[in-house]
Amino acid sequence: MQEQTQAQAQASELKASARRSMNRRTISVWGGRAILAVIVIGGWQWFTTEGWVDKFFFGQPTEIWNSLVKLFTEGTAFGTIWENLGVTMQEAFMGFALGTLVGVVLGLLLGSNKYLSAVVGPYIRIVNSIPRIVLGSIFIVAFGLGTFPKVLLAAVLVFFVVFFNAFQGVREVDQNLVGNVRVLGASPLQVAIHVTIPSAMTWIIASLHTAFGFAIIGALVAEVLGAQQGIGLIISQAQGTFDPNTVFACMVIISVITLGAEALITLLEHKLLKWRPPNRSEAQAI
Amino acid sequence: MNAIHPNRPPGAPERAEVAAGIDIVGLTKRYLTPKHETFTAIRDVTLRVEPGEFCAIVGPTGCGKSTTLAQVSGLERPSAGSVKVHDQLVDGITNGVSYMFQADALFPWKTVLGNVLIGPVLLGTPKKEATLLARDWLRRVGLAGFEDRYPHQLSGGMRKRVAMAAALINNPRILLMDEPFGALDVQTKAIMQNELLQLWEELRPSVLFITHDLDEAVALADKVVIMTSSPGTIKDVFDIDLPRPRGDVQKIRHEERFLELQGQIWESLKDEVTRAYKQSAGVAA
Repeated sequence: MQEQTQAQAQASELKASARRSMNRRTISVWGGRAILAVIVIGGWQWFTTEGWVDKFFFGQPTEIWNSLVKLFTEGTAFGTIWENLGVTMQEAFMGFALGTLVGVVLGLLLGSNKYLSAVVGPYIRIVNSIPRIVLGSIFIVAFGLGTFPKVLLAAVLVFFVVFFNAFQGVREVDQNLVGNVRVLGASPLQVAIHVTIPSAMTWIIASLHTAFGFAIIGALVAEVLGAQQGIGLIISQAQGTFDPNTVFACMVIISVITLGAEALITLLEHKLLKWRPPNRSEAQAI
Repeated sequence: MNAIHPNRPPGAPERAEVAAGIDIVGLTKRYLTPKHETFTAIRDVTLRVEPGEFCAIVGPTGCGKSTTLAQVSGLERPSAGSVKVHDQLVDGITNGVSYMFQADALFPWKTVLGNVLIGPVLLGTPKKEATLLARDWLRRVGLAGFEDRYPHQLSGGMRKRVAMAAALINNPRILLMDEPFGALDVQTKAIMQNELLQLWEELRPSVLFITHDLDEAVALADKVVIMTSSPGTIKDVFDIDLPRPRGDVQKIRHEERFLELQGQIWESLKDEVTRAYKQSAGVAA
């Protein structure tokens, strides 16, 4: 009886000490992060205040904050910041969806069909090697200043990232698995549903992280090239009036949005890929 | 038969009614290497597996054992010769075959249950019945309670059991096993061999069992086929007259008749293994 209680006490003691060491670790990590932020932002502020770095060109954290406040309270020449943000996000999300859809479908198709991939493959590589961002100018000229050319540019950038991953994902499918279900009587469609697509999903989802960043870039660049509304337009306007603080403010807004989208994609990743063994780095982080 | 298999999927009434014999006649398979040379994997292989017979194929590495299995399953087409299953020429995927590979070909994204019920589902069995059947099979291989795990959460032996349940759930007429226990540790291997023998006695499909392990071949099989390498041909066929049911494979290893047979077969295999080793060593040097 006594031994049992002793063992219990030992176990709880062990748990408590483990928790304490984990807490210590968390505190030290967050402390380190805070110090790093203070050094970088504080240093920036200090250098520009002292005049060692010209704040006319490089902005200043406090001024950026003021610009942010101004953007949200007074709005811009093209409507409130929310309207502009909404336009940019709509373009980015639509481009993201379109590019992902086409990329996945074509990637799966070409990945599982040797003839098609042999015929189309070289052309895709050629198109991939040209600087696609320049297509933005063509789209603006061809389709005007509305939403469509932005969606198109974002989609083009997203497409290639997703396409190559889906393609590679299909190529990496375990041939034993394919053989196994074929022997069990699976039709080509069933092979795709049960083996190819779930197997390629790992690759596709991994590409979505990068792809979303590209969707934002596509939308922003197209707006800078020519738009009636959007964050890109605010940026290009700020550039015209030598106002680096507003440019930085727009960068902050976009990064917050991108981080949010990234978190959503990670959530989706965890949901769809819950079968995967836990990441080694995740396990170590405990 | 129905008394033994009360849970046969209704989608496949004709399956496993009778174990099918396999007739391999003059089977030759050539591949084109990336350097555009032809490589003959197997040449003129002739072999008969009786219905319900357990046939083991032993031979040095790279002697075309797996190639032979691929032709029987219909995953590949022979360059010459023919394979007949149940007196029907193999042309496309053979009906009523299950495959078991050395690397467990489990779906990492499906649960244990999902992995086992894929067989009946592909045959068109309704999901509900397939689930019941799969649960029953998981119980038979001793994995009741692990239905919702993912393969990466299981040990090697447990994954093998899942693969075994998945291979047997459709009551195959033919079971093709490509070094299924090759990657297991000795103890787990013995356990899995016993379980395989037990299940095989119940269902009696014809088995083509590839292995490097001569002891394994003699302990399990009715017939041991020795293949030679480059190109693969059949050198010898030994009938194993050890009585059935064999019981514990660990114990049978010490029986006199076992040692006698094992010695005979090793004599035949030894030359091939040394020859193949010298060749590969020569290539490496």
